[in-house]
Amino acid sequence: MKLHIDREDEQDSANQLLRDDPKFAAPKIAFFQYLTVAVFLFLITGFWDLQIRNPEVYQERALENSVKSIPVLAPRGKILDRDGRVIVDNHSSFSLYLSRENLKMEHLRPIAEGLNLDYDSLVARVRRFQSRGAPQYQPIAIKEELTPGELAFVDSHKDANTFPELEVVHVQHRLYPHDGLAAHVIGYVGEVSEAELNTPEFARFHQGDVIGKDGIERQYNDILMGVDGQRRVEVDSFGNERHVLDDKEAVPGKNLQLTIDLDLQAVAELTLENRRGAVVALDPRTGEVLAMVSRPAFDPNLFAGRIRSKDWKELLDNPDHPLLNRAIQAQQAPGSTFKPIMALAGLETGAIDDNFRIGCGGGGTFYGRFFKCWGKHGSVGLHEGLVHSCDTFFYNVGNRLGIDRIAQYAEMVGYGHKTGIDLPHEAEGLVPSSKWKIRNFRERWYPSETISVAIGQGATTVTPLQMAAAIGGISVGGMWFQPHLVSEGARLLPARRAEVNLENIQKVISGMFGVVNEPGGTGGRARLPGIEVCGKTGTAQLASNDLLKGTSYGLTHKDNAWFVGFAPRENPEIVVAALFENGEHGQLAAPIVRDVLKAYFDKKARLAQPSPQIARVPTDLLQPPAALPATSAAVNQ
Amino acid sequence: MPAHRSIRDFDWLMLILVCAICALGVLQIFSATRDTRFAEAWWKQAVWILAGFIALWIGTLIDYHTLLGQAYVFYGLSVVTLAGTFVIGMTAFGSRRWIGTPSYHIQVSEFVKLVIVLLVARYLSELKGDQLELRDLLKLAGLVGLPMIMVMIEPDLGTALTFVPILAVGVFLAGFRWQYAVAILIIVAVAAPAAYYVVLKDYQRSRVVSFLDPSQDPKGSGYQVIQSKIAVGAGALWGRGVTKGTQTQGRFLPVSQKDFIFSAFAEEHGFVGVIVALGLYFLLLMQIVQNAQTASDKAGMHICMGVAALLLFHVLVNVGMVVGRMPVTGIPLPLMSSGGSNIVAMFLMLGLVNNVRLRRFVN
Repeated sequence: MKLHIDREDEQDSANQLLRDDPKFAAPKIAFFQYLTVAVFLFLITGFWDLQIRNPEVYQERALENSVKSIPVLAPRGKILDRDGRVIVDNHSSFSLYLSRENLKMEHLRPIAEGLNLDYDSLVARVRRFQSRGAPQYQPIAIKEELTPGELAFVDSHKDANTFPELEVVHVQHRLYPHDGLAAHVIGYVGEVSEAELNTPEFARFHQGDVIGKDGIERQYNDILMGVDGQRRVEVDSFGNERHVLDDKEAVPGKNLQLTIDLDLQAVAELTLENRRGAVVALDPRTGEVLAMVSRPAFDPNLFAGRIRSKDWKELLDNPDHPLLNRAIQAQQAPGSTFKPIMALAGLETGAIDDNFRIGCGGGGTFYGRFFKCWGKHGSVGLHEGLVHSCDTFFYNVGNRLGIDRIAQYAEMVGYGHKTGIDLPHEAEGLVPSSKWKIRNFRERWYPSETISVAIGQGATTVTPLQMAAAIGGISVGGMWFQPHLVSEGARLLPARRAEVNLENIQKVISGMFGVVNEPGGTGGRARLPGIEVCGKTGTAQLASNDLLKGTSYGLTHKDNAWFVGFAPRENPEIVVAALFENGEHGQLAAPIVRDVLKAYFDKKARLAQPSPQIARVPTDLLQPPAALPATSAAVNQ
Repeated sequence: MPAHRSIRDFDWLMLILVCAICALGVLQIFSATRDTRFAEAWWKQAVWILAGFIALWIGTLIDYHTLLGQAYVFYGLSVVTLAGTFVIGMTAFGSRRWIGTPSYHIQVSEFVKLVIVLLVARYLSELKGDQLELRDLLKLAGLVGLPMIMVMIEPDLGTALTFVPILAVGVFLAGFRWQYAVAILIIVAVAAPAAYYVVLKDYQRSRVVSFLDPSQDPKGSGYQVIQSKIAVGAGALWGRGVTKGTQTQGRFLPVSQKDFIFSAFAEEHGFVGVIVALGLYFLLLMQIVQNAQTASDKAGMHICMGVAALLLFHVLVNVGMVVGRMPVTGIPLPLMSSGGSNIVAMFLMLGLVNNVRLRRFVN
């Protein structure tokens, strides 16, 4: 109330009145108004700057903030065997990506530390993506098969304030049989490399794409590989998805059915065990590959990822070369398995006939040099020559034929050329001829060199696949089908039919039947009761024995063992070639072929059995055990 | 001698402007907090605004002379309560500013602003002579300085600074020798760098640094400014539409319902919306100033001008911060930012302005 009194007092003095009059401050209030206008103009120019002069800059940055591209990876197609059983499958896992819209290089170190990645290689990887190849916003995979701990790390660090570039993507990872089953046939996938991107075959891929690197995975990459999709999503500052802006769905790869029979494949793998070598089983009537094994094998799962592991180097350095597919890449002298071809050539050209016989006393002298036979076979004709694999006999055949006619027939059965199988990196082997010698050595062919070629030595080399295909073609009467692993939609060369006399072929086959089934035949171990197996052993020297005698190479490098066989004798259905490196004698390769043949015919018999038997099984099981026969009998009646 | 006050004298224009600004605020709070754990903030704000109207009514009802008479009592209470926040106050975000429980609490310093307005008005209107003497100035500065320092060490630099314009505008209106002004400017110029290193805390220093160069500190307050500028710029002329702003909706904007609400508003309503909203604030300020001009006495004028100064300062610092032209100080935008204490205190002050208006005719 003091205030009121004051005010009444103030009434007294005019001066007081003037001073208390608020109009006194009018100019100052006007100044405040101008100040207010200035402040608002100041603020509005701020908005003008941001919103009118160059809003595009900020709109783009808002977009960078909130929009993330997330890859939607197309799963590769499964690889199936001829019965539709899955050989190669996919499994779900999580991979970590760096999205490139908001990638900051200074984040890489803490990210690398948080996830136990090597910082330098991470930086190199990011640089590689930035430098070329990859589309502008394609994210970079940096870690696969994330563990729960790593997922938790990502989840707690992917907000806008920390590492917004982190993105976890659900992927379908390749899952191969872990024991390396059919590893060489299937091959493996991997991230396309810098070097590959520079080659025309891979130029259409992008940095970071996972493609087939070898085997079927590579050969049929276009079928197996789907088309990756992409989702553009709006995220919040915590990295959580808010909306999907754009969803390009992935197109999954197509499944691929092989001609491989898993049962046969498994048997072949088992019989070869850990021995270095290869087994190829074909259907000679079509060229379908039923089994293809190469040992030692590797685990393709090691490469299944985008990021190649260090196991790669180990495999490359292994002296046994596990990555080599011996079935199509091992080029070895065929040894005595070449003899049926020699026999056919001799008969076809008339160089020998049914009455041609020689005496084997443990070898023969040609062009002043003695060529040894592995035994003493006495009087030998064509049949005995094959059954006992008499070298002396075939020295004479070869001498009569001459190198170029031998080469002609070797090429007729497919040696010296790729079979054209649908696998990458097939080797073509070698068929020596006089032309070949001039071309490569600028020297004429000496007839004495023909003698060792006649028994599959010398410069001649073949692959196990070529051998199976060659003998298979003879077994069906001179028709060579292109070996292949995929039938559906395959563009195969037409079968090559040779103008050969079927009677001559019958004589050769008869000899091969004798190899397995006659007493004294070298391939007795391939015999199967009830099945007419034909075959031929081969013991191929790695180099001339004369040279090696007494050297350490001769001791450590034993001869390669071959066996090639088919069955049945009439209308053969399967031909199998086995190479057992350093196996010493073809006899040792014979059981491998026998086991595969047995598996084939056992399976055939099983499938041929009438099925009602199976239908009866449940009723049998439901019957009470033998202890209660009376009751069950009573019930039945 | 009760004056006849008609309902027609009520400042309806001010009321309409306040309602419009509050409505924009509620709409923006709704949009900014949709899908977040603050989703109920918009109707809480509406409730606070209703409470604000009651506060405005109370602020209008009691004759401002009566309130001025009790200014020193209010002042004493304020100092005691501020001291109390140190003892029983609630700590949040590293600062003791609130009294109460986490769900019901008031920010004392918001109401202290009101008391400072009354105190300055009372003090300056009682002065004899037509110019402020240095002794009076120092006394008043001391009176304002005490609660200001207490708020500063809560710490809440932004709110503490809001006391300065009330004092400055009051002193300016009261009349002041320009020599003193120059002297004070020199002192401030000398003291500021010292204060920067001695008084300011690390986070406050970093705010200054990041104001000068936001890219220096892209994680902390620099991040906030960068994100705010992106939001504003992305709004362009027409805005991205309510609930359509990715900066706001994606919560790249920090505290988009409180200190950075105008940034969210600018993103979703664009330059056009900004002009409308700032226009409303401008008209409100002019209306308050007009009430100051028509006040029946100096005390009334000082009250209105104190409120105007406070409001202008808030708008300048908050909106300036949004466009990166002011440092991040963490003071809200009055009437739009969500927050009960701020709304109620602001409405009380507007009530005082209305109070002065209703009693402008001296009987």
